[in-house]
Amino acid sequence: MRLFRFRGGIHPDDHKGPTAQIPISEFPLPKRLYIPVQQHIGNPAQAIVAPGQKVLKGELLAKAKGGLSAPVHAPTSGEVVSVEDHAAPHPSGLAATTIVLEPDGKDAWIETRGTEDPFALTPEIIGERVAGAGIVGMGGAAFPSAVKLSAAKERAETLIINGAECEPYLTCDDRLMQERADAVIDGIRIMLHALGTNRALIAIENNKPDAQTAMRRACEDFPGIEIIGVPTLYPMGSEKQMIMSLTGREIPAGKRSADIGVIVHNVATAYAVHEAIREGRPLIRRIVTVGGAAIRKPANLEVPIGTLAADLIAHCGGLGEEPARLVMGGPMMGVSLPHTDIPMVKGSNGILGLTKSELHSPKTSSPCIRCARCVQVCPVGLLPLQMAAHSRRGDVEGAARLGLEDCISCGTCSYICPAGIPLTQYFNYAKGALAARRAEKQKGELTRKLAQARQERLERQAREKKEAAARRKAEREAAKAAAAKSAGEERKATS
Amino acid sequence: MISANPLSAPHAHASDSVPKIMLSVWVALLPASGLGVYQFGWPALNILVITSIAAVAAEAGSLWVAGKNIGRHLADGSALLTGWILGMSLPPWAPWWLGVFGAVFAIVVGKHVFGGLGQNLFNPAMLARVALLVSFPLEMTQWPSPAALSGGAAPGFLDGFSITFAGNYPDALTGATVLGHIKTELAAHGASVEASLTGHYTALSATVGTTAGSLGETSAALLLLGGLFLMFRRTIAWHIPAAMLGTVAVLATAFHLVDPSRYADAGVHLLSGGLIMAALFIATDPVGSPATPRGRLIFGMGCGALIYVIRVWGGYPEGVAFAVLLMNAVTPIIDHYVRPRIYGREAGGTPLEYQTPEERS
Repeated sequence: MRLFRFRGGIHPDDHKGPTAQIPISEFPLPKRLYIPVQQHIGNPAQAIVAPGQKVLKGELLAKAKGGLSAPVHAPTSGEVVSVEDHAAPHPSGLAATTIVLEPDGKDAWIETRGTEDPFALTPEIIGERVAGAGIVGMGGAAFPSAVKLSAAKERAETLIINGAECEPYLTCDDRLMQERADAVIDGIRIMLHALGTNRALIAIENNKPDAQTAMRRACEDFPGIEIIGVPTLYPMGSEKQMIMSLTGREIPAGKRSADIGVIVHNVATAYAVHEAIREGRPLIRRIVTVGGAAIRKPANLEVPIGTLAADLIAHCGGLGEEPARLVMGGPMMGVSLPHTDIPMVKGSNGILGLTKSELHSPKTSSPCIRCARCVQVCPVGLLPLQMAAHSRRGDVEGAARLGLEDCISCGTCSYICPAGIPLTQYFNYAKGALAARRAEKQKGELTRKLAQARQERLERQAREKKEAAARRKAEREAAKAAAAKSAGEERKATS
Repeated sequence: MISANPLSAPHAHASDSVPKIMLSVWVALLPASGLGVYQFGWPALNILVITSIAAVAAEAGSLWVAGKNIGRHLADGSALLTGWILGMSLPPWAPWWLGVFGAVFAIVVGKHVFGGLGQNLFNPAMLARVALLVSFPLEMTQWPSPAALSGGAAPGFLDGFSITFAGNYPDALTGATVLGHIKTELAAHGASVEASLTGHYTALSATVGTTAGSLGETSAALLLLGGLFLMFRRTIAWHIPAAMLGTVAVLATAFHLVDPSRYADAGVHLLSGGLIMAALFIATDPVGSPATPRGRLIFGMGCGALIYVIRVWGGYPEGVAFAVLLMNAVTPIIDHYVRPRIYGREAGGTPLEYQTPEERS
């Protein structure tokens, strides 16, 4: 198949060596699980369990709330200890509503409803079950998957399965494809059935030949499904760049991939769909790469959702040295964690303990020398150096005119900048400021409209009062006149 | 455990840095400057050292006045590089004060008046070169013939000292650059280009560098070597050098075909004067050149065309410094109009109508 080259991109050291050959191992149940009710884009789920309540593995803990949301299930059987605020996977470490579960060690499943023949199910039922299983995009963005399966149904021509895993260090998708290729392919077939199409392209970067081989073997019997080896180039795994590479098409600004007939799902999401539809199992565990030079024994672990990073690190031999930065996700787009007391969520594909020498982060930034390497590597075609100049002096509108809102925050510009200027960080700040400013403007607009409406109402009321008074006066006068008239007539009559 | 540095992504960085870039450019300049020192003798080394020290001192002074961290900014190596490039562009036996004046002018007026590294509109070394050429035309056009490689002896340490610091310029050794010779012969005697070139120019001597000229600009081969090293290291891109040299070559060839007695051929233009030095090391200075590949092509073509025009029809035999400065001034306009197309949008910025690349091309 002909591939297309997207603009820019970088070749960071992939650091995948230490974990790429280590099989997935199961993580033993920790003492406690901390399950946030929000692990996805959209509205937080609503907790429906109370402290002291016994739950079975797979039992619903929190139900989806609103249009864009996903439910959360118990990763094992045990007792709900509390529903409290606990540090969430976010650089701030701010607390979010979290269900604390103490495993009873039995790991007893709730009664599950699988199916022998998913292809007999209607797409609607598959969509419902995927939604009910709490499946969200597992590549990191955590967008509720059912929405992407059902909303796009009429328009989808091609399903693209993202097995690029372009972030350095991470090998969880690589191992999943190597070890559970058949289940992944089955999940993809179910997704195809739900989308009502038969063409799936599975993109795997060429630095994962074993995964390519395993997946190719698994989809031999399914002619609509094709494995595409794509060049190892960050950010290949970004939706827009991946679609460009495989189809040569760009998503027009402001549109979604479905508008050009393409739906993109992650390989781990396909696996979760297989589990949910075939076995009736909700999404309660995922594979996490624990890596980085600060980790003694890097590994790929299949982990119950809600396991603390501290437990994972301890299981991997602990920290050999103090990490300079602790990251959830990959080094290019992951979030840095303030401490290890933070739980794994559905989108957590890695926990990295990065040492100072790995970070290679510039201590201070020096002035921009306009070398324009940021322009050269930007996969979107932006001018990061100019956008940064605007962002730095707070001119977010100026940055927006240069395309701030088209920035995908992939981090390539910050990565390459020889002056060590935190470009991506500037843009994230500017995006936040821009959103706040727009919201403020909208609020101002609303206030103005309300004030205007009030003014009009007051004027109308005054006018009505005046009119009513005039009317009453006229009525009174008319009555008076009538009375006078009738009195005159009476007088006339009586005289 | 509290991690020391909770920052936002990315948590990885490429290994290149501004000091490394400056150092690599300096390394790339070493072969050509080395040849200059070898063939023009001690005075050449004196002037390189003088311009470098003066530039670094001026940088330190400017940083102090601006209240910036002197040590941290000096460490980027940019002042040293500016001083070195200026030295390479001066006549090899220039007096010490010319070097000092040029270097201080480059750093103070060419760079820090604009706000320091990265803020200057013009290339500091070329600004200083032009200032010197306009202010001290005599000293800026005294060209010793390269002694060592052509059989004579380059001045020794004491002679060099006397040339640089006491102004004892040995008149007997004065020569002329190829471009200057063509221009004066044509103006004074109406001599044809072929006649002027005979005995003054061979493609071999211009390539190796055994000709009269600025300290570090004579050897096309060694400069090219350094330029290729920088391209290989991805410090510079091919766009500006290719556009610049290509434009000069095309213009020279075209006019040479029209009237060979009046216009020198492309080889003479490419190998003489400061063209190759400028195309590889000066016009490629990122601070004053456009940020996009297309912008850089336009910039390079503009430089090339201006150089040819000044050389052939202008008042000066060489126009490299003027051309680069003029194009530096145009860079903000180029950067304003020439931008990459943003993903998902037309070149103008409106969202794409649905299109495939085949349809677009």
